[in-house]
Amino acid sequence: MSFLQLKGIVKEFGPVRTIKGIDLTIEKGEFVVFVGPSGCGKSTLLRIIAGLEPVTQGRIELDGRDITELPSSKRELAMVFQSYALYPHMTVFENMSFALKLAKVDKAEIDEKVGRAAKILNLTDYLKRTPKELSGGQRQRVAIGRSIVRAPKVFLFDEPLSNLDAALRGQTRVEIASLHRALGATTIYVTHDQVEAMTLADRVVVLRDGLIEQVGSPLELYDRPANQFVAQFIGTPQMNVLAAGALPELTRVAGARLPADGAVGVRPEGVRVLPGGGAISAKVTLIESLGADTLIHTAVASGAPLVARQSERTALHVGDAVGVEIDAGALHFFDKQGRVVNAVREAA
Amino acid sequence: MKHLPLVIRSIAAWAVTLLLFFPLFWLFLTAFKTELQAISVPPQLIFAPTLENFTEVQERSDYLLYAKNSFITSVLSTLLGLLIAAPAAYSMAFFRTRKTRDLLMWMLSTKMMPAVGALVPVYVMAQSSGLLDTLTGLTIVFTMSNLPIMVWMLYSYFKDIPPDILEAARMDGAGIWNEFRYVILPLGMGGMASTGLLCLVLSWNEAFWSLNLSAAKAGTLAALIASYSSPEGLFWAKLSAASLLAIAPIIVFGWFSQKQLVQGLTFGAVK
Repeated sequence: MSFLQLKGIVKEFGPVRTIKGIDLTIEKGEFVVFVGPSGCGKSTLLRIIAGLEPVTQGRIELDGRDITELPSSKRELAMVFQSYALYPHMTVFENMSFALKLAKVDKAEIDEKVGRAAKILNLTDYLKRTPKELSGGQRQRVAIGRSIVRAPKVFLFDEPLSNLDAALRGQTRVEIASLHRALGATTIYVTHDQVEAMTLADRVVVLRDGLIEQVGSPLELYDRPANQFVAQFIGTPQMNVLAAGALPELTRVAGARLPADGAVGVRPEGVRVLPGGGAISAKVTLIESLGADTLIHTAVASGAPLVARQSERTALHVGDAVGVEIDAGALHFFDKQGRVVNAVREAA
Repeated sequence: MKHLPLVIRSIAAWAVTLLLFFPLFWLFLTAFKTELQAISVPPQLIFAPTLENFTEVQERSDYLLYAKNSFITSVLSTLLGLLIAAPAAYSMAFFRTRKTRDLLMWMLSTKMMPAVGALVPVYVMAQSSGLLDTLTGLTIVFTMSNLPIMVWMLYSYFKDIPPDILEAARMDGAGIWNEFRYVILPLGMGGMASTGLLCLVLSWNEAFWSLNLSAAKAGTLAALIASYSSPEGLFWAKLSAASLLAIAPIIVFGWFSQKQLVQGLTFGAVK
């Protein structure tokens, strides 16, 4: 049964149409991540669900009820903001209990609920402090705590980790994942960081220019992107995409499946660099040694770049002439519009 | 300024302060002189102080009545002003439209107009609605003349409250009233206080409208002072005593609230 349903959502700011018609169904307990480049409308879509922006067209249903016209305060949703948006004049306890206080929950119950949330989030010792006496990570946890005490129908996260430093971001990401597992709450999470999307989501919604490009599990998107945009947006380093004519040798690898005027994509792990030379000759242009992985950037004869990823370290240097081998099974074919052509499986 | 030696900076500061302070100081001295001492040449710095001017001011024209009128009109106009300006500033700060800026500028521009330009219409309106020489009439006019500044000040304060916080309150289940009560009001308290204080001072000092729209019944202290400068020529000592009585309350008040006032008057300037 669908829990949250978006039907034909359109949002216009003056003459600008930022959301161009979105239909989406989210199941109860699901962790859904909206991901896309900046300006794709993912935050606007979240704010529409939150009731912070009115829709221009369309309907939102939550748990069988039409909430399209309902104000934020009556939607029973909780949101964690990018800026945390804690109440600066209230203590951590007051911040976390504010919603319950407004809902006129009795005091003993408030104490108990806030106490439990504080324990889960390691905030018990900080309840009497004000937000400015906390570190960024602690503020982030208060913002999360504020939303979990209310047991809302859906949690909304608007780029919650982007103000944290890299180490803390990784740690908090793990905490959010385990929190979701513990609470089993329906969650919508907005990010521009595809790593967050891949690691947290049950389902990822990739947005571009106010439209959904693809919806699917993280690995579905990785293995079977619907188009060139998704293929290149998901995965670091990016998938290599070459115009079909840029690498004549590919005809040998791909055979008849090579589209005449489209493009071919291959993820860096599908490219192998052979120091002794191979079917395709290339030149090393950059080496990135990441420790566990080594990325070797090369340029083929036509100048088109091709990145390879390998787990072994390399003795190669920039400027070395090498051979490159491409795994035929790892190829993705795109037509002129960037849509996937299912040539691989048809031919295989 | 930074590279001037401290001595020079101190001297300059003292010079300006004394220049501003001297008239007040002279007023204070004159209020305790007899009329003869007040006009003697050279002026006397050392003399036997007398309180006769004060008793005479109270006898001739009921000081307490004027003081009460000033107190009532300034307090009421401040409260009324805040009641109107706070919601106006709230909507302008948090629900901006393309016209908000223009509206603010237009409001401020009404302060550029010389008040005398509006005197006749305001006078006629006050007269035909029976508000001439009433405290209600003065309170309304004071409120109106202070509103543009109040809205501007509150707007600047409210604009500094991050809108995310208000949205968070809405997500937490707060309607407009709770949002105002639990978030805007506590966070904007400093701004409300500064604005209120400034408005109180402005209303207390207001002379133009109170002179023109009030007489014996609703006259404020400004009208009291003015009454000493006319009929039988100038009586410096009594005029000074009346002036001192008129400004004393607001000076004492200003002294205790100077921190808030300074913060209010320099808003936006030191961030």
